[in-house]
Amino acid sequence: MFSYCLRRCLAAVPVMIVVALFVFLLLRLSPGDPAAIIAGDMATPAQLERIRASLGLDQPLYLQFFQWTGALLRGDFGTSLMSNLPVTQLMAQRLEPTISLALFSIVLSVVIAVPMGVVAAWKHGSLIDKAVMSLSVLGFSVPVFVIGYLLIKLFAIDLGWLPVQGFSRLSESGFLPFLQHAILPATMLSTIYIALIARMTRASMLDVLGEDFIRTAHAKGASEKRVLFKHALRNAGVPILEVIGTGFALMITGVVVTESVFNIPGLGRLTVDAILSRDYPVIQGLILVTSGVYVLINLAIDLSYALLDPRIRYQ
Amino acid sequence: MTTLFSRRFSATRRRLLGGVAAATLLSTTCGAVSTLAAMPADASTIRAVMHSGLRVLDPITTTAHITRDHGYMIWDTLLGMDDQFQPQPQMADWSVSDDGMVYTFTLREGLEWHDGGQVTAADAVASFRRWADRDGGGQMLLDHVDSVEATDERTMTLTLSSPFAYVLELMAKPSSVPLFVMPERIASKSPDETLTVEDQIGSGPFTFVADEYDPGNRVVYEKFADYVPREEPASWTAGGKVVDVDRVEWINMSDAQTALNALNSGEIDFLESPSVDLLPVLQANPDLTVEKINELGSQTIGRFNFLYPPFDDPEIRRAALTAMNQTDVLASLIGNPEFYTTCDSMYGCQTPLATEAGAPETLATGGGTEAASEMLEAAGYDGTPVVMMQPTDAPTVSPQPVIAAQLLRQAGFQVDLQPMDWQTLVTRRASQQPPGEGGWNMFFTNWYIPEVWNPLVSPMLNGRGADGGWFGWPDDAELESMREAFAKAESDEDRKAIAERIQAHAFEQVTYIPLGEYSIPAAWNNDLSGILHSPVPVFWNITKAE
Repeated sequence: MFSYCLRRCLAAVPVMIVVALFVFLLLRLSPGDPAAIIAGDMATPAQLERIRASLGLDQPLYLQFFQWTGALLRGDFGTSLMSNLPVTQLMAQRLEPTISLALFSIVLSVVIAVPMGVVAAWKHGSLIDKAVMSLSVLGFSVPVFVIGYLLIKLFAIDLGWLPVQGFSRLSESGFLPFLQHAILPATMLSTIYIALIARMTRASMLDVLGEDFIRTAHAKGASEKRVLFKHALRNAGVPILEVIGTGFALMITGVVVTESVFNIPGLGRLTVDAILSRDYPVIQGLILVTSGVYVLINLAIDLSYALLDPRIRYQ
Repeated sequence: MTTLFSRRFSATRRRLLGGVAAATLLSTTCGAVSTLAAMPADASTIRAVMHSGLRVLDPITTTAHITRDHGYMIWDTLLGMDDQFQPQPQMADWSVSDDGMVYTFTLREGLEWHDGGQVTAADAVASFRRWADRDGGGQMLLDHVDSVEATDERTMTLTLSSPFAYVLELMAKPSSVPLFVMPERIASKSPDETLTVEDQIGSGPFTFVADEYDPGNRVVYEKFADYVPREEPASWTAGGKVVDVDRVEWINMSDAQTALNALNSGEIDFLESPSVDLLPVLQANPDLTVEKINELGSQTIGRFNFLYPPFDDPEIRRAALTAMNQTDVLASLIGNPEFYTTCDSMYGCQTPLATEAGAPETLATGGGTEAASEMLEAAGYDGTPVVMMQPTDAPTVSPQPVIAAQLLRQAGFQVDLQPMDWQTLVTRRASQQPPGEGGWNMFFTNWYIPEVWNPLVSPMLNGRGADGGWFGWPDDAELESMREAFAKAESDEDRKAIAERIQAHAFEQVTYIPLGEYSIPAAWNNDLSGILHSPVPVFWNITKAE
């Protein structure tokens, strides 16, 4: 197991190198000049040149690349061209809102979607099944920002139970203020994943429920609950886990709309801000970290297969 | 039987107890949550949503308005400007020698830095140099300066090398780039090197809370207890900067609807720049005040590239000017006529130099299409396409090119409207390459009126050509000579007369096209009072009810 993990981690290194090179070139070759953005409307060409030089953007591309990767190897992600703050500090500031919201949302999704999918498969063809599937289609089809605004209208504006925006850090304010601020965005974010996981659970469960061992379990007198959750769900778990893992990775890296609607200072908004201001070091750092997150989550998903299915072994 | 009953009872009881516990937890949570949600904001804190997030912390390096506004929070200015466009003492009083060649600035007493220590004339001198190196008006002033030095602890002396009557107006200008006074060790940095978080030390009415700074998201200021405001009433950036709150938080909200909801629900106190579409919702709330604080507003403009065809030909530029129609542009940009007005003055219509000199009759309301077609034909236009840059991600500059392109097409121009994001436009407009090789022919932008209110501060009224001019780069010696005369004019009458001549000349050469003015009101909670009407949003003078 350890050597497998080590091999997977080492295999990620060339992936990260390619990502780093690709991102670096993509940014430098796309239109946009951080110096012009910093200087603003009144800058003369001479002033722009001077600012470019002070940012090191007048140096040859290969030199800029080697300087950046050299610093990376020392654990230095560079400094934001706009705010003059270390990229690691900027990412650290935004990490907690994103991670805590993603965790909360994925837990919410799993807690709601898995039972929904199991019941839909169990009552296959019934009114419950059709209701679950209809809700899934609805969850897929309605844009998340519409759901967000509807939730705000109902719970924040009309009922006044919850704030309309903002975020309260779990580490600073405790659970209740965190819950107060996170419940609506987590619900909004979860909608699509509830739909996705419920459908996947239902499909996977339907496959497993037709297997011989399920008939055997019934014949042995096992209760319906035991058959569904102990025998069937565990065997149907691998594809469900894959969807959950991928969903979690997507939540960490792509929740810009949710963060904008609820004004949450997370990584998504940091990424968009950095792209709009052509803040190269921040964009590069964020994409590298995102790639790393994907590699680690995929590794975690692969390892968890063995927990669900003892037949799976890693060599 | 008993055992079975007991098991059933036990299970039922467990479910019942679990339900009660869950209900209790839910009601407690909901109760606590609703209590928290309804909790009023701290009475000594103003929570404001500004027009954008603060990312660059150097108000000298960048001309971004949010950074300028940040500058006014923590740094003070040597001079201020009042609502009559008159320079007034702020950190310093001044005297001028009889021949007008020596300006002596004396710092008032009680000026202290946020980290301790007195503000000295050496700080003012270093700040002046850094500002003048970066600011267009400052550079022009510097051309006429023989020396600037600290003659004692509290006295800065500026000696001119040639007559220049606009010294005080330039040093007092309220908008990009104002002359903020910084400690000498910070002001000694090159203006090409942006200031850091550690450099946010000023002597202004608020201090910068570095620990709570989250770039692009949140910035926090606290009242500077040792700040001694002037005794005169506040007017624009002049007068007493009296702070009545302990803390100001700027929270960036990228979504206009979210900002509106937050103001309506009392989670924020002040919204600087609400979306025009959403104003009726705010106006319907009796707990809010919706009012223009920047009454001068902004001017929207179109600018040609003078280096390449077709707009290197003044006849063709004049045809394009004749085809324009401010009303159509403004209706598309703002929509509600309550918030815009046509204006034939390049200096803004509410400024001392406002004039209609040289403006074509058709500019405000249109009707020049036929005349423009004839002018275009007479000029021998060969169908060279006009590469017009259209930013699609900036609502305040996105509609102008669409309308302008249509007006030009109706007059017979070939227009290549190229959509792009604003930052691409900002980069591309600096390119002096031909339009087909990454250059351009026309773009649009907006200016605060205090940034265009006279020929010296307006970046467009600059005829220094490709080396020293603003994007578009007209090479116009006559314009430069008139600006020089304006700078030396000693009476208001002379200045006004020269400004009229400059505008007439600029319209004749079509240096740029003013496309009208607009002013979007701000909105705030009625708990706030004393909000100053000013071209820059300031947070002194404001009181928040308990």
